[in-house]
Amino acid sequence: MGFLRRMSTEHQIALLFVIVFGMLVLVTAAAILRSLRDITPEHRQRHERFKRDLRAVWIGMTTFWLAWVSGPLGATLLFGIFSFLALREYITLMHTRRSDHRSLIAAFFVVLPLQYALVGWRTFDLFSVFIPVYVFIAIPVISALAGDPERFLERNAKIQWGIMVCVFGLSHAPALLLLDFRGQEGRGAFLVFFLVIVTGVGQVVQEAMSRWLRRRPVARAISRSFSYRAWWCGSLAGALAGTALYWITPFKPWQAFCMAAIACTAGTLGELVTKALKKDAGVQYWGNQASVTGAVGLLDRIAPLAFAAPVFFHSVRWYFKLTP
Amino acid sequence: MGKLLAFIARLITGAQGHWQGCPPEALQRIYFANHQSHLDWVLIWASLPGELRSTTRPIAAKDYWTATPLKHWITREVFNAVYVNRTRTDDQDPLEPLQQALAAGDSLVIFPEGTRSNKGEPQAFKSGLYHLAEQFPGVQLVPAWISNVQRVMPKGEVVPVPILCTVTFGAPMHLQDGEDKRAFLERARAAVMALRPVGG
Repeated sequence: MGFLRRMSTEHQIALLFVIVFGMLVLVTAAAILRSLRDITPEHRQRHERFKRDLRAVWIGMTTFWLAWVSGPLGATLLFGIFSFLALREYITLMHTRRSDHRSLIAAFFVVLPLQYALVGWRTFDLFSVFIPVYVFIAIPVISALAGDPERFLERNAKIQWGIMVCVFGLSHAPALLLLDFRGQEGRGAFLVFFLVIVTGVGQVVQEAMSRWLRRRPVARAISRSFSYRAWWCGSLAGALAGTALYWITPFKPWQAFCMAAIACTAGTLGELVTKALKKDAGVQYWGNQASVTGAVGLLDRIAPLAFAAPVFFHSVRWYFKLTP
Repeated sequence: MGKLLAFIARLITGAQGHWQGCPPEALQRIYFANHQSHLDWVLIWASLPGELRSTTRPIAAKDYWTATPLKHWITREVFNAVYVNRTRTDDQDPLEPLQQALAAGDSLVIFPEGTRSNKGEPQAFKSGLYHLAEQFPGVQLVPAWISNVQRVMPKGEVVPVPILCTVTFGAPMHLQDGEDKRAFLERARAAVMALRPVGG
């Protein structure tokens, strides 16, 4: 690994992308070769699902690469657009009333751009309090001025929640990319990569374990597959994956283990929360299939990241304050 | 300009077209839909494939849509609208501009309720659709249901909120032999309402 450390940060990141895209190309090629063979309908279904997941990974990786290549402005814009699309999908599923119109306009056209502008300017102190403090009061004020007391708390809670998840949560991903630590300038891409891999491994392992273990689900009405043991296994696997990747982060191995465990826990539990949200909205399935409202399932894919990113971001910041 | 506008419409509403009853083809058609908002036409227009947009024309009330230069310009240059007079004069058939457009081979989008309704269920259809169906039996009549658009821009607001909308297109229908006006209009209204998605 000595020669890797001697390379410049730019080159290390470039190498990272070359390796990741190389692996993706191999997997895709293998998948295409497999699809050429005659297969049973059952296999075909599984293959279709795999193909969709693979496409999602491709899109995710390309986005990530674009975010890195295009620098602060591009990354901010790109995630800003994702935030916009996710919030659009979320609001579509919530039944808003006419009197919410002004609050929604504020959420989409004022709060969202401002939050991402704060990321772009790297004013991270204001960035982390802007929504929880200032927007928290602004939205109900706008709503109250609209003069509709019907279900006031419920309506505002829904909008606040959407802003927290889709804008506040997600904006931490580009923030991580732009956050410069002492002695670690320009290495934010590694942190985002670390976060994405760790939460991804956690999710996949949890899913596989719940199918293999077949334990009694903790919350049957929300998720038929979520059990504590599977969740533990997933988080542990994520944490171990993080430990194995410690060399791309500023952490020591045991610190990488802890950070990965934190991120992974937030991600997998965030997914459970998303499932509860879906059930509440009366949607079984957001991903891949255009539903009644035309929601295409972006929120589904982004939610675990949106939950994990702020937790991870603030844990990392806290860590660097402790070790100057 | 038209491309930009369609892009904005898609960015804000998604403008997804669900072609349930027929594929989007370059046939001469009259699309008729429920009417809840000023955006209805933009939504149908944006959900059509690009190559059909230029030959599919909306109906615009002449007094309102030619009142300011901007309104006039956008309906004339971008949407290629067919202007009709809302005030009826004795010597002129209000459907005449529509007949001219159909005779020229264009497709039309009409909202047979006449006005915007926000009660959920569309009001009774006006008879214009029947007369056009009678005079142009070769033109396909395609029902469409637009959902969610009233949440994007309620009456009286000017800035649209980004919310996903869909346009569901049904199977083409024709005027049947000997079918009278009321029965046909009822059937057309039922065809539009049958496209309403569950829970939408």
